[in-house]
Amino acid sequence: MNKNRRSFLKVAGLSVFALSSGATAFSSAAQAMVSPGTYEPAPKELKAKRWAMVIDTRTFRTADDYKAIIEACHAAHNVPDIRSKADGHEDQEIKWIWTDSYKHAFPDDLNEHLADRVKKRPFPLLCNHCTNPPCVRVCPTQATYQLPNGIVTMDYHRCIGCRFCMAGCPYGARSFNFVDPRGYLSDPVPNPEYPTRMIGVVEKCTFCVERLAKGLMPACVEASEGRILFGDLNDPESTVRKALAENYSIRRKPNLGTQPGVYYIV
Amino acid sequence: MVEKLLEGSKRYYMWLLFLVVVIAVCFIVYLFQLFEGLGVTGMNRDVSWGLYISQFTYLVGVAASAVMLVLPAYFHHYKKFKIMIIFGEFMAISAVVMCCLFIVVDLGQPQRMANVMLHPTPNSVMFYDMIVLIGYLTLNCIIGWVTLEAERHETQPPKWVLYLAYLSIIWAFSIHTVTAFLYAGIPGRHYWLTAIMAARFLSSAFCSGPAILLLLMLLLRRLTGFNPGKEAIHTLATIITYAMCLNVFFYLLEVFTAFYSNIPGHYDPLVFLFTGYHGVTSWVTPCMWLAVLCTIGCLSILIPPQTRSGKYMPYALGMLVLASWIDKGLGLLIGGFTPNMFESVTLYLPTVRELVVAVGVYAVGALVLSLLWKIALSVKFETGHSDGDLVK
Repeated sequence: MNKNRRSFLKVAGLSVFALSSGATAFSSAAQAMVSPGTYEPAPKELKAKRWAMVIDTRTFRTADDYKAIIEACHAAHNVPDIRSKADGHEDQEIKWIWTDSYKHAFPDDLNEHLADRVKKRPFPLLCNHCTNPPCVRVCPTQATYQLPNGIVTMDYHRCIGCRFCMAGCPYGARSFNFVDPRGYLSDPVPNPEYPTRMIGVVEKCTFCVERLAKGLMPACVEASEGRILFGDLNDPESTVRKALAENYSIRRKPNLGTQPGVYYIV
Repeated sequence: MVEKLLEGSKRYYMWLLFLVVVIAVCFIVYLFQLFEGLGVTGMNRDVSWGLYISQFTYLVGVAASAVMLVLPAYFHHYKKFKIMIIFGEFMAISAVVMCCLFIVVDLGQPQRMANVMLHPTPNSVMFYDMIVLIGYLTLNCIIGWVTLEAERHETQPPKWVLYLAYLSIIWAFSIHTVTAFLYAGIPGRHYWLTAIMAARFLSSAFCSGPAILLLLMLLLRRLTGFNPGKEAIHTLATIITYAMCLNVFFYLLEVFTAFYSNIPGHYDPLVFLFTGYHGVTSWVTPCMWLAVLCTIGCLSILIPPQTRSGKYMPYALGMLVLASWIDKGLGLLIGGFTPNMFESVTLYLPTVRELVVAVGVYAVGALVLSLLWKIALSVKFETGHSDGDLVK
């Protein structure tokens, strides 16, 4: 009996050892296949300690000025125009950058006697890439996360579509794919290099993290012809810092402590 | 004890069949939602949570409310509740099952649900919500089953169950506190950003949950003759009355702070809910006033001790459940999202398909409850513990 048990333990121990070492060998081989070069920064990547955007709202004059930046962004990221079809899903639209009035963009500023040029001007709105982003705080899967350079971005493949981030965002910057976005895109899509999304995930502006990696400025900045500045907030010599030093600027809902990274020169 | 499920009247089987058919039909509608996306619901970019999450919130309260029986029975050795306790615990199980299902049907990508566990995120309240709900479900399953098994064998339940029961008391408070934290920690949602949210949640849970339980117990008495006992009914009605008074008090505290401080962000949601906002009214406004009427109605029956557990009690309980459901099942979510982040109004109206899916989840809850209560009732009748008035 005793002998039997001992031999059983021997065999069992040996087989466990063999199996586990085999498994480790296999997994380390798998790792070796995946790991080299996976996360190396692209050679041309634009770098900053804290990316920020300054929108000089004074320089936007015609409706086309706004249209250009919105179209550039939505084409670069295959953002569907849900409103293009009157199919009852208009309220379930997707938008990364859009415009709204001063009253709606800055609802805490209840000044009835604002200068007309401010009151009537549309303001470009987008994700604020907050320093303390509530969306990142509430996300249960880290599908929304913050990069060391301040950009708040998303993993569309990890998102479970719980929409906690949409409840958490005080700027209404997030959109959920209520319907299949591919049904609202042209074929081929405007930008085949950027992935389209599937139903049931949240998306938003990513400060064009994929363009920065290639050494390009964000699409809206490029299309704005100098009306939108983009640069390193931690660098006193950057264009954004200089613009902020010379002009009066405001941010959306500053009293919530989120520290938005998008500034508006009014 | 599972074999008890297989012996029942024709009426019992017809009821189960009815539920299964309802579930099947609703599940087909859910499949449409799964393939077409949440676009089939009335939710939108501004009101991004709707009926599903509000029902989840309400049902967490129902689940937590079992503690209103467990606490007096285990902590204060109030024997009159002992006969009823298993029904409260089993109702909690069915409520948690519905909570989980409401979360699942609300997800855009339910196939990826496991990501919450694969990438645990301690800074998200939803992570804790998952832990407390699973924990509470497990606790109630173990405690309920073991105590019922002991009752069936006419023995005392093992001592360790008592400690689990104590744990479940704290756990019940925690599940609803954590649910309140889902809302109360979000900057920029004025209606939710209030420290009293958890207290309000608990008070509304501790009146509405026991009220539902009591209504169902009265139905059970009529259908099967199981009698929870006159004194137990009166005591539970008293607990319900106190909790409802607290619930109303907490709500009025919110109203005071909002309007006396005169801060627009604080009073806008209340103005929207009760009168409409900048000329935009929604179907929620009449519901909110109905809730006010029901609150006055139920309290005027429940507060006087003479009428509290009298013949009008079921009506009072019905009004209470309706009022608390409108407050927490409609007003809380819709008021939180309206006015939206731009201080304008996007309206929300659940679609028929959304309602059907919600009915399906309720039907699953009813099925779980029916099966569990069938087992409990069989044991009660087998052991002769079917009349609360005979308990000394």
